[in-house]
Amino acid sequence: MEPSFIKELQTIVGEQYTLSDRESLAVYGYDSTPEIESLPGAVVLPATAEDVSRILRLCHDAGVSVTPRGSGTNLSGGSLSVNAGVVMQTSRLNRIIEVDEENLTATVEPGVVTSALHREVESRSLFYPPDPGSMNISTMGGNVAENSGGLRGLKYGVTADYVMGLETVLANGDLLRTGGKVVKDVAGYSLNPLLVSSEGTLGFFTGITVKLIPKPQGKITMLAHFPVLQDAALAVSAIIAAKVIPATLEFLDKVTIKCVEDYAHVGLPLNVDAVLLIEVDGHPAVIAEEAAAVAEICKKYRCSFFQTAQNADEALNLAAARRTALSALARLKPTTILEDATVPRSCIAPMLKVIQEAAAKYNVTIGTFGHAGDGNLHPTCLTDERDQDEIRRAHAAFAEIFDVAIAMGGTITGEHGVGIAKKKYLPRLVGESGIRVMRGIKQAFDPKGILNPGKVF
Amino acid sequence: MDYVKLINCMRCGMCLPACPTYKETFLETASPRGRVALVRKLQEGELDQSERLLEYLSLCLDCQACASACPCGVNAGELVAEFTCERKGEAGLGFMENLILRKLVPHPDRLEASMAPMRVYQRSGLQKLVRRLGVLKMFPKPLERMEGLLPALPSRPLRQTIQEVTPARGTERGTVGFFLGCVMSLIFSEASRATIQLLSLLGYRVITPRDQVCCGAPNMLGGDLEGLKEAARTNVELFGGFDVDYIVTDCGGCGAELKKYGHHLDGDAAAEFSGKVRDISQILALHAGELRQLLKPLGRRVTYHDPCHIAHCQGIRQEPRQLLKLIPGLDYRELNEADACCGSAGTYNIQRPEMADKVLQRKVDNIRRTGADCLVTANPGCLIQLKKALAADAQPVRVAHITELLLESFMVK
Repeated sequence: MEPSFIKELQTIVGEQYTLSDRESLAVYGYDSTPEIESLPGAVVLPATAEDVSRILRLCHDAGVSVTPRGSGTNLSGGSLSVNAGVVMQTSRLNRIIEVDEENLTATVEPGVVTSALHREVESRSLFYPPDPGSMNISTMGGNVAENSGGLRGLKYGVTADYVMGLETVLANGDLLRTGGKVVKDVAGYSLNPLLVSSEGTLGFFTGITVKLIPKPQGKITMLAHFPVLQDAALAVSAIIAAKVIPATLEFLDKVTIKCVEDYAHVGLPLNVDAVLLIEVDGHPAVIAEEAAAVAEICKKYRCSFFQTAQNADEALNLAAARRTALSALARLKPTTILEDATVPRSCIAPMLKVIQEAAAKYNVTIGTFGHAGDGNLHPTCLTDERDQDEIRRAHAAFAEIFDVAIAMGGTITGEHGVGIAKKKYLPRLVGESGIRVMRGIKQAFDPKGILNPGKVF
Repeated sequence: MDYVKLINCMRCGMCLPACPTYKETFLETASPRGRVALVRKLQEGELDQSERLLEYLSLCLDCQACASACPCGVNAGELVAEFTCERKGEAGLGFMENLILRKLVPHPDRLEASMAPMRVYQRSGLQKLVRRLGVLKMFPKPLERMEGLLPALPSRPLRQTIQEVTPARGTERGTVGFFLGCVMSLIFSEASRATIQLLSLLGYRVITPRDQVCCGAPNMLGGDLEGLKEAARTNVELFGGFDVDYIVTDCGGCGAELKKYGHHLDGDAAAEFSGKVRDISQILALHAGELRQLLKPLGRRVTYHDPCHIAHCQGIRQEPRQLLKLIPGLDYRELNEADACCGSAGTYNIQRPEMADKVLQRKVDNIRRTGADCLVTANPGCLIQLKKALAADAQPVRVAHITELLLESFMVK
């Protein structure tokens, strides 16, 4: 990148927050996505919306691309600059601006870490439900841009269901406000949901207003052990069919259980094929009934042991352990290729079977965990990047898994986004007209194509 | 360096919120994930040992909070330390390093003698005069900082005054060897005296071998692996000569290092030595029932700071809290980010004052927020750093080693 351009960036955010040395660029050349690396030309850390606007205007005029980045936990390569452009990191934009208890909203800057918002609103007996597995690290800006799901998605939905208003800086530096604190608003096209899950290709968020709900009064956390994998999957469908909607209905297979237990030591069983982590929350009388119904169904589907957390600490440990699943899998092999295949929830059992068969056919180890209750599974292939043949077989297995997912009426990503990693699968899912409409939208927002190029399509 | 350890990092970022320097800078270069990447790129030949790269790596406090946070089992702090050690090892020890690590630290007598001028300086009133006149402004910054941090020294180091054998009170239940630790003996001799007294009260005969030497942690820090091994050999052989059930220390740093002797040295003796090492809180927690009977009320508001070498390196978190909660009438208040480094980190607070001060300030703010009138911790580095920081305000918070407070509760009339 031209030194004169770097100088101009420095005049906006200062020298300390404009990085262009080889060493810094090297560590911003990756995010959480395996196998993908790409060096940016510079990294900037703005502190205000005004900084963001000035940086974008500068880059727009110079035709330099800008890729937004929060904590870099992206799993589809979305926070990497593919053409040595500017990476704009949000971590200094980290204020919780307001919690409005009358309107039940919270307004934050994009760099706020999701769990920090949880703590703040829960201290006021309010609740922000989206809780991505990475919530202790990932930022609100990233969650909105990727429309992140989480462990509570089954009952409470995903990030998009909570975003009420956005303040977005467009590619040319202009400010766009969409939505707000009003619950009902049908004026014009719904741009809010469009910006949510836009993966940083339509604008750079500087303000996010989310909906809050009252904090559930009670919660019961349960763990069911299943000696047979398929039984666990059938139990998931049966729980939903029985009209019990748990807040969390998580699935972990044998490989995952072992790795998580190795790290977290929470007493997960090592001699079963699968466990279900189930949480019901709400009014104490109701959740007692729901918990009893869940227990009965699990027994009907031959669970060998059913455990109810005796106190808040035990419950917290179990849920926290689940959050480490992906990283814990990396204990077995250095390169973990995580996928995000999502199917209608009635198809969980057949999907698990397909994953097992693909692993056997291509002779790879796949550990599967995920949000079984909402059909979002994370088959994770454990590989070593130095073994090129193994990597090839892993991708072949995933291609097959995705084909089946699409055929079942599912999708190629439930919460991680398309980014770079799943570009090639998108046309298969949305067709030519889908891609054409998306390109048209991109053109309307960012005619010069400077915002996070190389992603989605 | 083992390349596999480097590629095991799957870059998930779980370490970011645990890292004190990332929390202050928000920069990947100052994060564990970033440091692993830097060392990896170096190994792969994509980066070279530039000044800047070394500067980035040197920002690591080696507090190992990242290791506690990493589900894949990567220890970024240790990887950086290992790299630094290898690099220094190749360069050989400098004159000053050789002087300090080989000629001074391994010899308790010389180390103790070297402190004498400081004691005179403090006692004679010269320190007060120097501080008032601001004379230190004329000396290099690190010296000024060191002078400012140093608490009042005891008249004699514990090693010189303690009996080699302290008998058990009442029925003897076992024998423990006490590992003194340089800084504990030199500066916090009263805390270690309390440690020995508590052990004796619980029925342990305490042997404190006078010929023990430094645990070797400063050598490791200085890249002097040979010096470390020499220290380890001396201590293993010395303690091996006594028939002890445990080897107890009240210094978190020493405990962490002593527990690694089995890795540093070949042979069963070192492994056996390491297997016997316990932090004092581990031993005391074994006797919680008895302590509950012995301890008397203390009307204090107390919070606990986890030293890195105890929480992250040794995995000891529950025992100290459990012990404090045994004291009747004590109002225990949990500290936010209790296991975050205080910024002391060996000689870090002298070498990287700017970052150390930021990390310290965060810790101090958290401590103030608890409303506690006493902060308890269990490592000399933390004690030095926090004593200085918490004494400055209008409402000073007392800083005590855990055994000091426990003994105080026992002594209440």
